[in-house]
Amino acid sequence: MNKPVKPEDTGAILKVVGTRPIRPDGVEKVTGRAAYGADLHLPGMLIGKIKRSPHAHARIISIDTRKALALPGVKAVMTSADMPDLAAEHYEAGESASNLRDLSANVMARGKVLYHGHAIAAVAATSNAIADQALDLIEIVYETLPHVIDVEEAMAPGAPILHDQMFTAGLGETPTKASNIATKHRLDRGDLAAGFGAADIIVETRYSSAAVHQGYIEPHACVASYAADGQTQVWSSSQGHFVIRGLCAKLLKMRFSDVRVIPAEIGGGFGGKTTVYLEPLALVLSQKSGHPVKMVMTREEVFRATGPTSASVVTVKMGAKLDGTITAAQVDLKFQAGAFAGSPVGAAVMTSLACYDVANFEVTGWDVVTNSPKVAAYRAPGAPNAALGVECAVDELAEKLGIDPMTMREKNAVRNGVRAPYGPVYKNIGYVETLEAIKSHPHMSIPLGPNQGRGIAAGFWFNIGGESTVNVSINEDGTAIVSTGSPDIGGSRASMAMMAAEVLGIGVEQVRPIVADTASIGFSTVTGGSRTTFATGMAVVQAAEKLVADMKRRAAETWGVEIDQVVWQDGAAHCLQAGKAPKGALTLAALAGSAGKTGGPIATVVALNAQGAGPGFGVHVCDVEVDPETGHVTVLRYTAAQDVGKAIHPAYVEGQIQGGVAQGIGWALNEEYVFSTGGIMENAGFLDYRVPVASDLPMIDAVMVEVPNPAHPYGAKGVGEVPIVPPLAALAIAVRHATGVRMHDLPLSPSKIRAAIDAKAG
Amino acid sequence: MALVIADYADCRALTGGLRSFEVKAATVRDLLQKIEERFPGLGDLIDQRMAIAIDGTITQDAHGATLEPHSEVVLLPRIGGG
Amino acid sequence: MSKQRTAAIVNGDPVEFLSDAGQTLLDVLRDELHLTGSKEGCGSGDCGSCSVIVDGRLVCSCLMLAAEVEGCRVQTIEGLSTGSTLHPLQQKFLDHAALQCGFCTPGILMASKALLDANPDPTESEARYWLAGNLCRCTGYDKIIKAVLDAAAELRQDRKSA
Repeated sequence: MNKPVKPEDTGAILKVVGTRPIRPDGVEKVTGRAAYGADLHLPGMLIGKIKRSPHAHARIISIDTRKALALPGVKAVMTSADMPDLAAEHYEAGESASNLRDLSANVMARGKVLYHGHAIAAVAATSNAIADQALDLIEIVYETLPHVIDVEEAMAPGAPILHDQMFTAGLGETPTKASNIATKHRLDRGDLAAGFGAADIIVETRYSSAAVHQGYIEPHACVASYAADGQTQVWSSSQGHFVIRGLCAKLLKMRFSDVRVIPAEIGGGFGGKTTVYLEPLALVLSQKSGHPVKMVMTREEVFRATGPTSASVVTVKMGAKLDGTITAAQVDLKFQAGAFAGSPVGAAVMTSLACYDVANFEVTGWDVVTNSPKVAAYRAPGAPNAALGVECAVDELAEKLGIDPMTMREKNAVRNGVRAPYGPVYKNIGYVETLEAIKSHPHMSIPLGPNQGRGIAAGFWFNIGGESTVNVSINEDGTAIVSTGSPDIGGSRASMAMMAAEVLGIGVEQVRPIVADTASIGFSTVTGGSRTTFATGMAVVQAAEKLVADMKRRAAETWGVEIDQVVWQDGAAHCLQAGKAPKGALTLAALAGSAGKTGGPIATVVALNAQGAGPGFGVHVCDVEVDPETGHVTVLRYTAAQDVGKAIHPAYVEGQIQGGVAQGIGWALNEEYVFSTGGIMENAGFLDYRVPVASDLPMIDAVMVEVPNPAHPYGAKGVGEVPIVPPLAALAIAVRHATGVRMHDLPLSPSKIRAAIDAKAG
Repeated sequence: MALVIADYADCRALTGGLRSFEVKAATVRDLLQKIEERFPGLGDLIDQRMAIAIDGTITQDAHGATLEPHSEVVLLPRIGGG
Repeated sequence: MSKQRTAAIVNGDPVEFLSDAGQTLLDVLRDELHLTGSKEGCGSGDCGSCSVIVDGRLVCSCLMLAAEVEGCRVQTIEGLSTGSTLHPLQQKFLDHAALQCGFCTPGILMASKALLDANPDPTESEARYWLAGNLCRCTGYDKIIKAVLDAAAELRQDRKSA
């Protein structure tokens, strides 16, 4: 049950929420003591390693593991034969609907290998070196097949088909011929033809972006321990240990209660660690060997075999009147799903026009399988790709019409009461306020020099609610424990402690937040979708409020008064009735110390499915300088304004904005998967897969606009994903204004920009 | 009567092209049942793969959520994140 | 396959360990000496998560063979604080919220220490270029740079008043 908060209530004086205490996990992290997945060592532990396909597409003819198993030091070898053969089951776990059979085949290939690097066998041995030797002794016979990676090539008739039983859904009739197009999505409203008919000017452009990886610095890592009676423990660096439990249990047909997943600290996820790669394999190897098994990916494996996000082709046709009103928009999105269906094209369809009040539109999305790693969620999945095309189209229209790009956006901005293109009528949104924050920002008045340009772009993400369970308990000395099931990837546990402290009326240093394992607390869905401060926070506040009510009852009983004569303030119960409380107020410590006498321990649990998460909008402005000789882009300054609802811990909200911007800049300028003609990724390392480094970036000014979401007790909206959405377009537009050339294909590498400058000159 | 809006093609495939229709229901559970009776397959589709927005608030799996007499219910795909 | 014996001084303490020819300093720090603060992010010297200081020089421990530290003084993240007193760099990182997931943090702290040992008064640009070998994917580097420059100022102040 949500306690509704009027926007004006959140202006109430808050003592903890909105301040910047030091994070509770900070000292561990700056001293190197924090325990990540690869840091755990158990007695008798073996090292598990994976044999991976050398081919982009092939049938598996035979696998012979006998020599590997015979090598001294090798304690177990496995293939897909050691995992249950599942019927196509639908299991809503994690961030995207996963077909369990596909997931099982991705984790360990069955019948076919579908990308270079696809896992096909695994070993557990007493050392790294022996495990490596064992992999070389596994003999596999393949029948190679032609492969396809480019999304448009995969859609074309005659393309090599990955799945014989894939018939495109969403076409009306089910086709008879197999295809690489898993699904066609379509969203439309109004009258597109009439809309374009009413336009004075129409632009139509094709944009593309390459596959990019989430790029977390910590490779996937886990330790699994399978006891002879079937009870297991898994330590994993994951965004969702309950999802790990559920997927492992389903893939291996185990009881959920027999899989205990303990969340290690996680070294970055950004969506990519909301699924499983290693954990089911480590469990099988542990079962077969009778030892705990640690599995840690190399950086190369992370690139070759874990989901990047989709390469995409986005075509935008947009029409506007001379005064800048957008009359029609048609967007076509082709997304690369990797080896199995399930790209984020559906979300791209929904978000593409979310910032615009357009009466007539049609958005089509294609989910296309390709011989590349199965894509995984990456921060606002699908939205940045779509925003690249739509924001550049808006800028192109503004330029052709001679209208200021900010004015163009204001003119067509969604507001409260406007129907979102993806469906619901907007309420409590802060898009207009965020536009205003950029418009009035000093950045906009900084003059630009030669070869410099400014780009403005907007972005949107839904943010989600979902299921969370929280335990709050008061210790005998009046300090508190807040226990959640939400792994902390951005500082959320600090925010949980702050919200509990605010309700309890005590200092945040008296509240210890922890992330509990799957056997110690009820279910919580992943830390992702920008949900944790909203949904888990909501549960924390409700739990703390329940305890306050409970403590008021105990105080009332102690004093012999009615409960309406008790108020809770500053961490104590105060009696309103004169003469009834001779010893004065009853503090948390006093009540906790005598809890046994008033009913027992002071503790509670709240389990909820939070609804009413508020969407977020971002507006970014970016200045670049382009070297006309080399095509190199320098980001001179960057300001990102975002509608955050209420910043519970402002430093962590700023951190989310800055981090998302940095990833977006990398996506725009440098990052891409480069495949050889043989379908092998050629830049599977941080040297040649170029993420932004400290010298690439300026300071990033994060401007937090607070338009509260009344569904959250403090007005919070999700913040983590929105900031990666605008930068792709902001950079492309800035380059346009710096060079006079409109770039359509990301990344905006120096050679591409130089070629475009030359083509314009020639 | 709740007004149900179906802008997504996969919903309209099951409503015979109808973009909006009225349903009398007090809760989401009730609504899904009535939709399934009227448009076989659609109630299940919404239950398994979609979210609904009631008067602007997106809900997912909230079968107990209540509807006002003239609520607007928008069908949309499930939302997630990363 | 017999192992090599190496003696070195790690964080001020004499240590001896056995290693295979192919084991790196990072492998030995983590697996033999159980100092898991240094991290493996890439194994190829591109991410800087394994940064340590050997005889006063900043190195990627994944690029040194374990046997190469015979007779050397090695400082890791575990040796940055003194007892339970944090180094000013560590404290400033906390104060400025210059970390999120914390995985790159040990490497960045060691690299920052090496920077300030070599150049106590770096400009923002000098700090950024020095730290270009340490990848961070969470923060966008903004708060990290601010923390490093603030720690530099505090250390200069301490030196003045000492």
